Amino acid sequence: MAAVTTSTERSLNKLAIVLVLIITMIFLAPIYWIASTAFKPRNLATTIPPTVIFQPEISPFVKLFTKRSQLRTAPTPEQYAAAPWWERLVFDGGEKVVRSGRGEVQWSGYPSRFMNSLIVAITSTVLAVGMGTFTAYGFSRFKVKGEADLLFFILSTRMLPPVVVAIPMFLMYRAVGLNDTHWGLIILYTAFNLSFSVWLMKGFMDEIPKEYEEAALVDGYTRMEAFFKIVLPEAATGIAATAVFCFITAWNEYAFALIMTNRRAQTAPPFIPSQVGSGLPDWTVIAAGTFLFLLPVAIFTFLLRNHLLRGMSFGAIRK
Amino acid sequence: MATAVMTTLDPNSRSAARGMSDLTIRNLFIIPTIVFLIVFNIFPLIYSLGYSFTDFRASSPAAANFVGLQNYRELLNDPFIWSNFAITAKYVIVSVVGQVIVGFGVALLLNRDIPLKGLLTTLLLLPMMLSMAVVGLFWKLLYDPSFGIINYTLGLGSFEWLSNPDMALYAVAITDIWMWSPFVMLLSLAGLSAVPKHLYEAAAIDRAGSFYTFFRITLPLVAPILMIAVIFRTMEAFKTFDLAYILTSQPTTEVISIRLYKMAFQEWQTGRSCALAYIVLIMILAITNIYVKYLNKVKER
Repeated sequence: MAAVTTSTERSLNKLAIVLVLIITMIFLAPIYWIASTAFKPRNLATTIPPTVIFQPEISPFVKLFTKRSQLRTAPTPEQYAAAPWWERLVFDGGEKVVRSGRGEVQWSGYPSRFMNSLIVAITSTVLAVGMGTFTAYGFSRFKVKGEADLLFFILSTRMLPPVVVAIPMFLMYRAVGLNDTHWGLIILYTAFNLSFSVWLMKGFMDEIPKEYEEAALVDGYTRMEAFFKIVLPEAATGIAATAVFCFITAWNEYAFALIMTNRRAQTAPPFIPSQVGSGLPDWTVIAAGTFLFLLPVAIFTFLLRNHLLRGMSFGAIRK
Repeated sequence: MATAVMTTLDPNSRSAARGMSDLTIRNLFIIPTIVFLIVFNIFPLIYSLGYSFTDFRASSPAAANFVGLQNYRELLNDPFIWSNFAITAKYVIVSVVGQVIVGFGVALLLNRDIPLKGLLTTLLLLPMMLSMAVVGLFWKLLYDPSFGIINYTLGLGSFEWLSNPDMALYAVAITDIWMWSPFVMLLSLAGLSAVPKHLYEAAAIDRAGSFYTFFRITLPLVAPILMIAVIFRTMEAFKTFDLAYILTSQPTTEVISIRLYKMAFQEWQTGRSCALAYIVLIMILAITNIYVKYLNKVKER
């Protein structure tokens, strides 16, 4: 009897492994398709049947970073020979790189949008995690009247739909000239992430034994010294995990960026879809832009894998 | 609000005599955050509450006229707004049910001895970390009727997904299920691994069937954590904007956030959109309240 159970169990286990592998492949297929399209020549991006095996190219990335125009006539052999290797890749695709009168290569809109994303995400993360760490310590160690209500208030600000907040913010920003500026977005993302950072950091702070600081206080440290020299080093892992979460949220944000920026401070999420105009879009260029944009998040997800559960449940589930 | 809170001093404070008192430090640590959130979240909402009683249009220099409850009355009597809510409700149900089935199902499969379980779990979690807008855009290529890989793989010929009014909302929901089932899976796995092993052993000794074991042991013990996932995803699906806005422009996919966005930033009916924002806001706060209750409940276990 027992042997029968284990053998059915073993075959069930095998079935589960096969199913899990198939499901993982289905889940990763769209991401694989982005990555592979980013290295395809344009004519292989939209073929039937889909092209799976091909000679990878770097031309989508060259096109992503430069302004291009259609070639009316094929380049002369001299032009072709004079061009640097990456420009030849563009020639091969039937286009040429736009240059200024003095021959300088004209950049596309992508690099500046990518930089904007970096500036806004990093600054807002530093602010949100910095303030959140102090506040979490305050809630964790001191008696605060109406603590539950205050924490609910803090969390509820994060749950507001972006479009709801964006309408009055847009009007206020217009009045003070913060529309389409880095600071405008940084303030919004800081406010958005601050509540998350307080909730998550409070969980991490609660885990640091109070006795550590009490011992330091007995030894003559002031409360501030104890906080900076004892508590902060203990909380380092928590701070790092919170920071990565805040960075990813700000990096991925779309609705605020769409409404509050249009050119100077525009981040990558509203820019990348705006490249798909009417007509046939060059999916290899979009895939290349998407690939570069997703890469940091994919790396961070691996670094963060043991804290994902905690972050996603606002610190409620620790394990 | 902030000042009313800061009235009690911890009398046992040891360091009160040296350096800054605990009271000062507590206030220094907490008050800036509260003030920041009030200034950048609550104040704008008060500002827009004011506008919701006017006929203000941000695109015109004309001054705002007070119209009382007219905006609210008109919105609540507008059948088109109700159809936007109905579309949102349909979207929430399809996508959350889909996520629970897929997410909980995969969690059940993963909740056993599987080689490379950690790596597989991390890979499965990847979609939910990515940008909805940017990855969502790429799904346009996947759904393309003539050269998308979805139609090719499923052998659907040139089936229309996003340009088909009957299918578009489901297509958006499928993408959402792809992105967010991992979230339900992650929470379910936590719940499943917390079920004490001895309960299963006892059930096995009693010769309980797997059906009985699942419904009497597994499900009740995982339910609270699964509930958190369901409430959180319901709230997020209710607010959804990015995916539907990027993938299609069908009237059948105009969820309430998109209606709100168009009313505010394309039709420039600022006053009216503020009123609609308030109607949405009250609904969200109600769901948030339930959510936080569950969070605290699970935390106390």
